[in-house]
Formats: sequence, C-alpha cells, structure tokens
Amino acid sequence: MAELAALAGLRYAFPGVRGAPPQTALDGITATILAGEFTGVVGPDGAGKTTLLRLLAGLLRPGGGTVTVLGHDMATDAAAAHGDIGYMPQRFGLYEDLTVAENLSLFADLHGLAADVRVARVKRLLDFTGMAPFTARLAGKLSGGMKQKLGLACALLARPRLLLLDEPSVGVDPASRRELWGIVAAMLKEGAAEGMGVVWATAYLDEAERCGHVLLLHQGKLLAAGPPAAFLAPLDGRVFRLTVPEASRRAAARQAAANPAIADAAIEGDTLRLVLRAGAALPAPAALGGSALAKVAPRFEDGFVDRLATAPAPLPAEEAKRPDGDGKPMIEVRDLVRRFGDFTAVDHVSFAVARGEIFGLLGPNGAGKSTTFRMLCGLLAPSGGTAQVAGQNLLRAPAEARARIGYMAQRFSLYGELTVRENLAFFARIYGLSRKARADAIASALERFDLTAVAGDVSGDLPLGIKQRLALAAALLHGPDILFLDEPTSGVDPLTRRAFWARIGRLAEAGVTVLVTSHFMDEAEYCDQLAIISAGKMIATGTPAALRARVRTAALPEPTLEDAFIALVAASTQAVAA
Amino acid sequence: MSTFSRMHGLVKKEILQVVRDPSALLIAFLLPVVLLVINGFGVSLDARHMRVAVYVEAPAEQTREIMQALDASPYLSVVRIFSTTDGERLIGTGDVRGMLVLREDFSQRLARPARWPAQAQLIANGTDPNTARILEGYVGGALQTWLGNFAIEHRTPPEGGVALEHRYWFNQELQSADFIVPGVIAFVMSMTGTLLTALIVAREWERGTMEAMLASPAGMAEIIAAKLGCYFVLGMLSMGISVLMAVTVFAVPFRGSLLALGAAGALFLVFALALGLFISTLARNQFVAAQVAFIVTMMPAMMLSGMIFDIASMPRWLQIGTFLVPARYLVSILQTLFLAGTVWRLILPNLAGLAVAALLAIGATLAVTRRRLD
Repeated sequence: MAELAALAGLRYAFPGVRGAPPQTALDGITATILAGEFTGVVGPDGAGKTTLLRLLAGLLRPGGGTVTVLGHDMATDAAAAHGDIGYMPQRFGLYEDLTVAENLSLFADLHGLAADVRVARVKRLLDFTGMAPFTARLAGKLSGGMKQKLGLACALLARPRLLLLDEPSVGVDPASRRELWGIVAAMLKEGAAEGMGVVWATAYLDEAERCGHVLLLHQGKLLAAGPPAAFLAPLDGRVFRLTVPEASRRAAARQAAANPAIADAAIEGDTLRLVLRAGAALPAPAALGGSALAKVAPRFEDGFVDRLATAPAPLPAEEAKRPDGDGKPMIEVRDLVRRFGDFTAVDHVSFAVARGEIFGLLGPNGAGKSTTFRMLCGLLAPSGGTAQVAGQNLLRAPAEARARIGYMAQRFSLYGELTVRENLAFFARIYGLSRKARADAIASALERFDLTAVAGDVSGDLPLGIKQRLALAAALLHGPDILFLDEPTSGVDPLTRRAFWARIGRLAEAGVTVLVTSHFMDEAEYCDQLAIISAGKMIATGTPAALRARVRTAALPEPTLEDAFIALVAASTQAVAA
Repeated sequence: MSTFSRMHGLVKKEILQVVRDPSALLIAFLLPVVLLVINGFGVSLDARHMRVAVYVEAPAEQTREIMQALDASPYLSVVRIFSTTDGERLIGTGDVRGMLVLREDFSQRLARPARWPAQAQLIANGTDPNTARILEGYVGGALQTWLGNFAIEHRTPPEGGVALEHRYWFNQELQSADFIVPGVIAFVMSMTGTLLTALIVAREWERGTMEAMLASPAGMAEIIAAKLGCYFVLGMLSMGISVLMAVTVFAVPFRGSLLALGAAGALFLVFALALGLFISTLARNQFVAAQVAFIVTMMPAMMLSGMIFDIASMPRWLQIGTFLVPARYLVSILQTLFLAGTVWRLILPNLAGLAVAALLAIGATLAVTRRRLD
C-alpha cells in the first residue's frame, strides 16, 4: 500500500499562557499513514489527537520533527498538498447561515471543480448521505448527525487522497455514528483505486477495533501503533466475565480489582469484565466475589487498560453514611413536558429514583436530557407534569432543599484562573459552610480526592482527569445526599473513568442518590437503572442487563448497550409509524 | 481559472452570509442611523432659547425696552423675577442659566452716562463655563443692540462709539449640527467598518469555519480580499446613508465634490476594515474582538479626531498624537467638504494621510494572518 503521510519524531507544544511553561501536546510521534485503510488516531481527550490532525493538515508548524503528506513537507510546502487533503474539523467547519447546497457549492468553488464534475459529485454525495431532501435547509438547522454528514460530504467533494476526520462521531447518536462509519468506509472502497486513505480520530475505543491501523495516543505520546489484532493478541485467554450477585456488584468489583492477579475489573451490567494480568493464574470465582467465570473475546479497551494499568489503582475510601430515607423515591419525574415554541423538547417523561440508586438518562445530544435535567434542578419551568427532588419542587424550594444537591456540570464549571484550593474554598463559601466546616471540608476533600499534591496549582492547566476529580470534590464539599452528574466521564481515559465510577459507587453505597445524563454508552454500564431518551420521549427503562436482554437474538447473542439502544430506538420509531 | 472559481465561491458565501445574518446588516445600516441621531441631536453645542432671569429693581421705560430687546434675541428667553432670592433659587435648580440684575439707579445713570456709567450685573451659572461664556456674549450682544437703538433715538452717539459686530464664518448660524454631523459620519464609519470585519472574522474562528478554509486550497490573500471586498461595498453603502441623513435630516449643507467624498470614504474604509481584520485575527473571539474594536476606534475617533474637541486647542504633544488617529484626516476632509467646499489644498494632505493609514493596516493584517492556526 502506498504511503500517504509520514510523521518523524513529531513534537508540538502550546505556548504557555501568562508565563506558564509550554504545554506539550505531542511528544516524538513517528508513524506512517497508508492508503486504502482507516488509520485510527485513538485516545482520550487531551491526548493530542486534534493537534496531530492539524499538523497533518498543515495548520500548525511542528515544534520538532517533520510531517510529510504526499511528498510535501507540511512545514514549508503545505499549500501544495491542500488540494489533495479533505479535512473535517471537530466543529464541522460548516457555514451555518448557508444551506446544505450552498455549503457544498462553496467547497466545490474552493477546489475549483469543473461544472459537470461538480454536479455529478454533489448528487452522488447527497444521495449517498441521504441529504438529498434537505439541500435547501440551512446548515445551522440540521441535527448533529446531519451536520456531521454534511461536513463529511464537503470534505469528500474534491476526492481527497488524504481524508482527515477529527472526532466525526462525537456527540451523535449511536445509529448515526454507525451510518457515518459506513459512508466513509464505502467512500474509501471507491477511492482506494486512486490511493485514498482515511485518518479517523476518536475517543471511542470500539471504533478503534474497526480501523485497519491504530495510533494509540496517551498524554501526547504514541502508546502503541499497529493493526487492532496486534493489540488484542496478547490478551487472548486473559479476559473473563464474572457473574456476580446484582446487589453486591460494586463490592465485588472492588474485591476483584484488589486481587493482584487482576489488571482490570469493570462493571458491565450484572457482570464484571475482568482482565487477568499476563502470566497470573486465574483465581477462583468466589475469591473475586462472584459465582461463575466465562472466557470472552478481548476488546480494544481491555488492551488499553492492560497497557496503562501497571499497578493496581488505590481504592476510594468509604463515604460518610447519609441519612436514611423514608422509602419514597428521592427523585420523581411524572409526565414531564417542556415545549419551546412548537418544538417539544421533553415529551411526557416519567421516572423515579430510589435512595442510593445510580440512575442514568441515556440519549444522544438533543434528545432532551439537559432540558429534563434543568427542570429537575429548578432552572427551567416545566410546561406540564412535575419534577420533584426529595419531595420538593426545586423551582420554588428554599435554599436548604438545594443544599442537599451536589451538581457536577459537563465542563466541570471550575474557575480556571483559581488554584485547586481556591476553587474548593469558593464552592465551600457559596454553599454557606461555617468557617470551621469549610476548613475541615477542604482538608478532607484534598485528601480523599488525592488533590493535596496539586492544591496550589492553577486548575485551568491541570489534566482532564484531575479537573474531573476536583469538580466532583467541589460538588461534594457540603455533603449532599443527591448528586447530579452531566456526562461526567465522556472523553476521559478508561482508567480515569473506572476510578471515577468507583468513587460514585462508594457514594451510592453510603446512601447518595445519583442521577447521570450521558450520551456515552460506557457510562451507562455503571448505572443501576437506565432510561433511554430519544427525541424527547422515554423509550425504555430498566437495568442495563434487562435492556440488553430485550434485544438479545440468535444473530446477536451478546448485544452491547449500544446495540440495545439502536434496536430500542428503531422499534419505537416503527411503533410510532405503524 | 481556479483562482477565479475560488473568489467566486468566497464572495458568494460572504454575500449570502450578509444577507442571511441580521447582525452585519444591523451594524452597517442601523448603527449609523442610531449613532447619527444620538450624536446629531443629542450632542448639541447650540445655545438656543437659554432661559435668563431678569430682576429690575425700579421698572422704567428703558428697563422695559431692555427686557424686550433680550426677549427678541433667538438665543434667550427672559424669565421675569421680583427678587434676587428668586433668581438664586432658579439658578440653583437649573431653571435659568443666569440672572441679569438692573439696579434702582440704572435709568438715572443711563441719562448721565458721562458721570456714572450705567451698570447691569449678570450672574451666570458657572458649572458649565462654556455655556456661561455663551450666555455672557448673547446678553452683552442684546444690550449692545439695545444701546445702539437707544443712542439713535436719543440722537446721542453710543458709548465708546463702536458697536461690536459678531460674524461667524462657515457656520454662520452657529448651528453645531453643521459642525458635528460631518464628524459623526467619520466616527460612524470607523465604528462600523472595524466592527463589521472584527466580529465577522472572529466568528469564523469561533465556529471553526476558518480552520476548514485554511485547510482548503484557498489562499489567505483570497480569503482576505473576498472579505474586504464585500464589507467595503457594505461600508460604502453605510456611508452613503450617513451622508444622505446629514443632508436631509440634519439639513447640513454639502458644498464639496462627491468624488473627493468618495475617495476619502473609500481610503478610510479600507483602513477601518483592515484594522478589524487585524483585531479579529489576533483575538479570534467575538467578545474580545468587539471590545478591542470599541476601544481602538471609538475613543480616539471621539476624542482625538477633532469631531467634538478642537485639535488646535489641545496641548502640543496631544496635537502631534492626533496624527496617529486616521479618523482626524477623515474628519478634516468631511468638515471641509460639508462646510467650505472642495478646497484641494486642505483635502490632499489629509487624503495622503488616509492612504498611508490604509496601507499600514493592510500590511499589518497580512503580517499577522498566516495560513496557520498557531
């Protein structure tokens, strides 16, 4: 296969802001990108994926090493390569005031396509992406999935040799995610004869498995490179599923993780997924807190964790017991409706969350999760129905009722200019803790959340995983017994995610009621109960295991939550159509 | 061929964006109207119908005539009071600008000016010294007029023999609109021109569309040319509206050539638009770009361009500083064209100043916009 691009000892550092030292984004990456296949640039947020793609597109000047695309050195000769590069930035790069057809026409003009070629290609791409009926619609009025498809069509218009896609699948619903992959795969097949290749950046590790070649990035370093099979080969015979009693799965996960023979123990519905350390003997199921062990095929994430988890992670400490409930649900949503003009964002949603339960609202961006969340928090008045927290409507409840709630927003709502300690002190003050209580809460938070070493650091410069710990620490300073989490672990690496959910597990065991919203299927596995939301409607509810069981067929004996999600949404759409 | 195709695409995109996005049209067409109305009507340096209190201790034939003479002036309206305490109160509340006091012996002294000159006391509210001085002038003028008539009627030569005669050039009626509106047009153009490009390019950075453009075969010069071209047309339309408003709504006479006006406006717009591009390329964020655009255009255009404050009466070092404010060249050209006519001797040096500013701004923009994100 022909070589499309070569990276040699590539380095890049962002200049430090206000005298801070430069932040290394990429540190000595050497790799080749071949024609005719998907090259997955895989890694958590902050790993350096976007920087790598921008360097490939010639938008950044390397801090060291070289980027060569189609024989052109991108540091000096980027313009010569631009005609053969299709680049889709993370934020689509679409003009929202222009229609679908006008956006395509602009990119055709930019690449100087001849009139007849342009008509034929635009028609083909529109048909192929299913966008043909929407050519007159403004790009800003498209759904997330459709924007991605349009961005993709614009990038594909000039038949690029090198197609660079920066996280094309982030935030879109699972069905669109698969469709997008299908479109690119078909285009690659068509263009392979002309020597086309695709670079697909993603934080979804399951997408890595489908790539021909994977560059696994972690904290700016190339952790591994090669075909996915090469990642998985060393894991053969080391991945198991442990059946555990439903009530004690979190305790079992801790027990298993503490076992020196186990490299990874992740909750997966009512089972644990275990990765055995290389060369270790398999312990008996009872020693791990379960009843039966079965071998399963390794996945990419198992390989990632196996590479990163060299030492067992410290277990989170037990949390202070919260007051007992009165047996009534802590969170109750009944027939909740919210309209914006003639658009119904939330359409008769009902659910209840018991004390000490982790409840997940699962759905793609724009499904109505955030709107539901805001009504629960009392930030938005419902158009109909009720949303009660601890028996109160937060829209009218006194401050004491709000003080029972801890809230961690998606982007962590921290003050980037303040240090870790200053952030904690600020949140302690706004929750009205007394002087003594404040000092105690901050000291204990720094210790329990492992933040003592960075207490004096400015929080904006911290890695994502530490920011997340700080955000959770801030949300828990006042000892709330209800916790709201908005996509808490989307984009973080699997180890950080496991550590985070281990803490949340401890909190739930201490009696904290947790409500999570997410579009990220991996987060859903940690929930006790799930509600799947699509287009404002609640489509299904149940435990992760029960939802999976509903879509189990002979053809799909081991459905993932994503399979379940797609099947349940499709079934409900059919039911509406019928 | 492909350059033409790219320019075609880029220009079409800009036009569609302008037409679809109300913010650009608001900046180009509504902002000038609002600024002109606020500054043209609101910032008035005119002193018309200034209320002045008059206290006459001993009413007589002459004092009645003086009252009439004061009242006949278009700049004054007389408020009759019957004690100086009333006058003090009215000055204190701001109801009158000042108080004229004619003492008991005024008429007697007037009859024998050679021995005791007749005295009239004017007390003015000094909190606004400018207005106080104007009031003094108008009251003095009205008294002089009356004295002139008095002398003719009584066949005695007026005291001092020469009556002071005021004459104002260019702004004969002392209408401040005539003086201020051309300045406001320059102010409007520096704001709209810079804001248009500053906001719109910053938005392209924010939405990631600039990133997509940079990774395409389009060159930076093409992207800049398309933007400058479209917003240039918009800016010229905006200036046309401002000039039309000046002539119709504010009835400011236009005495110069349209060609000179067009040339000055075009050069200044290129400067303002390029400055906006420069700002947004460095800021890449609509909020910061708007803030910087306001500070670097509004403040100097208002304070240092000669639009409101006379440059000749500034301290010397500040006068030199005003040469760094391109709005001053435009203000000077516009005031010449509106109030005096096409005086090339005044216009050409200022046009040259504008040309230098435009070239510098374009150069600076090209220097900072690389085809890169870093």
